[in-house]
Amino acid sequence: MQNWPNATLHVVTGKGGTGKTTIAAALAIALAKNGHRTILMEVEGRQGIAQLFDTPPLPYEERKIAVAPGGGEVWALAVDTEDALLDYLEMFYKLRRAGSALRKMGAVDFATTIAPGLRDVLLTGKACEVVKRKEKKQDNAYDYVILDAPPTGRITRFLNVNGEVSGLAKVGPIKSHADSVMSVIASEQSAIHLVTLLEEMPVQETLDGVSELEAAALPVGAIFVNMTRPPQLDAQQRVMAIAGQLPRSEIESEISQSGLTATNQLIDALLNEASDHSERVDLEITELERLTERGLPIFTLPLLPSGIDLGGLYELSAIMSASGIGGE
Amino acid sequence: MTLDIDAILTNPEKHIIVCTGSGGVGKTTTAAALGLRAAELGRNVCVLTIDPARRLAQAMGLTELDNTPRAVAGIANGSLSAMMLDMKRTFDEVVESHSDPERAEQILSNPFYQALSSSFAGTQEYMAMEKLGQLRAQSQWDLIIVDTPPSRNALDFLDAPARLGSFLDGRLIRIITAPARGAGRGIGRIAAMGFGIFTNVLSKLLGAQVLADVGNFVADIDTTFGGFRERADATYALLKDSGTEFIVVAAPERDALREAAYFVERLNQDSMPLGGLILNRVQEVPETGLTQDQVLAAAQKLTAEGRGPLTAALLELHAQRMEIKERQKHLAMRFTAAHPDVAVQPIPAMAQDVHDLAGLREIGAALANQGITW
Ligand SMILES: Nc1ncnc2c1ncn2[C@@H]1O[C@H](COP(=O)(O)OP(=O)(O)O)[C@@H](O)[C@H]1O
Ligand SMILES: Nc1ncnc2c1ncn2[C@@H]1O[C@H](COP(=O)(O)OP(=O)(O)O)[C@@H](O)[C@H]1O
Ligand SMILES: [Mg+2]
Ligand SMILES: [Mg+2]
Repeated sequence: MQNWPNATLHVVTGKGGTGKTTIAAALAIALAKNGHRTILMEVEGRQGIAQLFDTPPLPYEERKIAVAPGGGEVWALAVDTEDALLDYLEMFYKLRRAGSALRKMGAVDFATTIAPGLRDVLLTGKACEVVKRKEKKQDNAYDYVILDAPPTGRITRFLNVNGEVSGLAKVGPIKSHADSVMSVIASEQSAIHLVTLLEEMPVQETLDGVSELEAAALPVGAIFVNMTRPPQLDAQQRVMAIAGQLPRSEIESEISQSGLTATNQLIDALLNEASDHSERVDLEITELERLTERGLPIFTLPLLPSGIDLGGLYELSAIMSASGIGGE
Repeated sequence: MTLDIDAILTNPEKHIIVCTGSGGVGKTTTAAALGLRAAELGRNVCVLTIDPARRLAQAMGLTELDNTPRAVAGIANGSLSAMMLDMKRTFDEVVESHSDPERAEQILSNPFYQALSSSFAGTQEYMAMEKLGQLRAQSQWDLIIVDTPPSRNALDFLDAPARLGSFLDGRLIRIITAPARGAGRGIGRIAAMGFGIFTNVLSKLLGAQVLADVGNFVADIDTTFGGFRERADATYALLKDSGTEFIVVAAPERDALREAAYFVERLNQDSMPLGGLILNRVQEVPETGLTQDQVLAAAQKLTAEGRGPLTAALLELHAQRMEIKERQKHLAMRFTAAHPDVAVQPIPAMAQDVHDLAGLREIGAALANQGITW
């Protein structure tokens, strides 16, 4: 990705409902373009990826879910906390069998409830393991790892695992595990992207989130402005539309030339919609200015009137590619 | 089926309205708008909000975060108070009111308690329930409208308190925190061996200090107040009462409606009273008798002939909105097909955010508009 030449791990966060999962998926496709291999990971147990790609629920196993233009591949993984903990117990304590017994007792859930930091370090740890994994000892298994992450309100805590485990064991495997996670997440290998709508609340939350991430020395990538309504009218037309000064008779005669009947009902509808649209666009422009002031790269994705299906994802990823994401 | 919201708001038997739905759909806005409307219809209302937008909070006078309701000025007829939930403060108050100062101090300074009260999954829902119970007990308001936390999903609001409650009162927590009492008490020997591994692995993972903190916390609260689970159950019972009404809010989007459907089914299953579904931010399009294709064809004709770019743009805008509306209506119809008994009330998307009393009144009027054409 041109703005982050070295970033392998792309973390996607944002206020709930702004399109994190959608943007993460479109990004995974865009980055896979031209023969790359990417993996899209989710960590919240929602099976959002399966729903989006219209496949059966994903197991805790890497699966190919889509192809990208130019021979790329998109893989997916739904990380499950319990499985990640069992992996961990196996890796550090050779405790796989005891692990399954613990799971039956509900102990895994219990441990991650007492210490939410443990859950986070396991989940981020899995992402970092995938980032670092080598194929045949030289190539990375994946060119890019895209993480559909928790929402903005929790992202800093989620990623800043060192702080998270500081209340836990001060020495030993968990601490060194956290250190190795931080060596990926807080480095040039990572970029944290925030998805927002051009509305007051999500924009405010995004700006607060950026400050928090920066204060924790975590690498902020770009802002993805989602579901924008491309302006149909220019600035001057918008002023006139809001003031009710669009040239009614001119519009009437053009409607007649277009093959429709210029009823009052139709003209009123068009003028009202123009005013409504203009107010909305002006609001979006104001919010976009607030974001621009932060000086981060901004990518804009339109609201697709037909909603998001597989075709819509490819459409968004093509827009990303056209704005320079993915490159080569 | 349409929703007669004014009938609910003015029904003296109704004392609690819960607004729920997935994140960002307009729960807080709806709760505030319902509160304002009910007050102006003569009720004495308290709105318990969780996360109002900054400007909305200011408009409602929620500038001081003292975790108690404050009167909102400028209300005709009844009265409106509003507060914003401070979950940590609410939890602290529960602790303080149930224990002597010394023990309260011990609990409040326990690191496990501090994590529990400020960042645990489920604590916000638990404390929202707790606060609701407190407000209801004060009997100063005859209607309390509760906004719900921005949970992962709407069902969390119903389930998180009980889940957290049974965790805190649970078997496992007692076993790891009372090794001296013997893990084997009441359980078979094999299970006892399992618990041996369990405590062993836990202390490896979490460190001995964390387990000690949990142990101290459990010992301290044990003697001070009844089970957490009982408290959560009591408020849950309040929600099942016929004086309560649930309003489910959804955006006219697939995911939000799927969540809403889960929630509706759950309310049904638990025989909880459902008022109806608010379909918030629908795309309104004035009726012109034209189809989307006709409108688009007209726009294309103008563009092809190089005439009237402004008119072509207006037609395209109109066609786009028709498409959005069609998709939304289709989703709404699918919801109704699956849940024919649920009253649905559409609320138009306003061009601006809703951040003052005038905006809330407008939403309130839309909520009560039974003739809304959509
Ligand atoms: N650019 C877009 N155009 C139209 N609909 C969108 C767009 N982006 C997201 N959506 C829709 O918005 C809703 C929320 O998106 P989702 O990616 O699930 O958000 P999140 O993961 O942040 O909760 C979904 O219904 C999705 O289809
Ligand atoms: N009908 C509506 N038209 C326009 N904006 C709305 C409408 N309903 C809500 N909003 C705006 O949407 C944002 C989110 O609403 P909010 O009530 O805070 O959602 P929730 O509590 O479900 O997260 C707010 O900025 C609010 O002003
Ligand atoms: Mg998601
Ligand atoms: Mg809210």
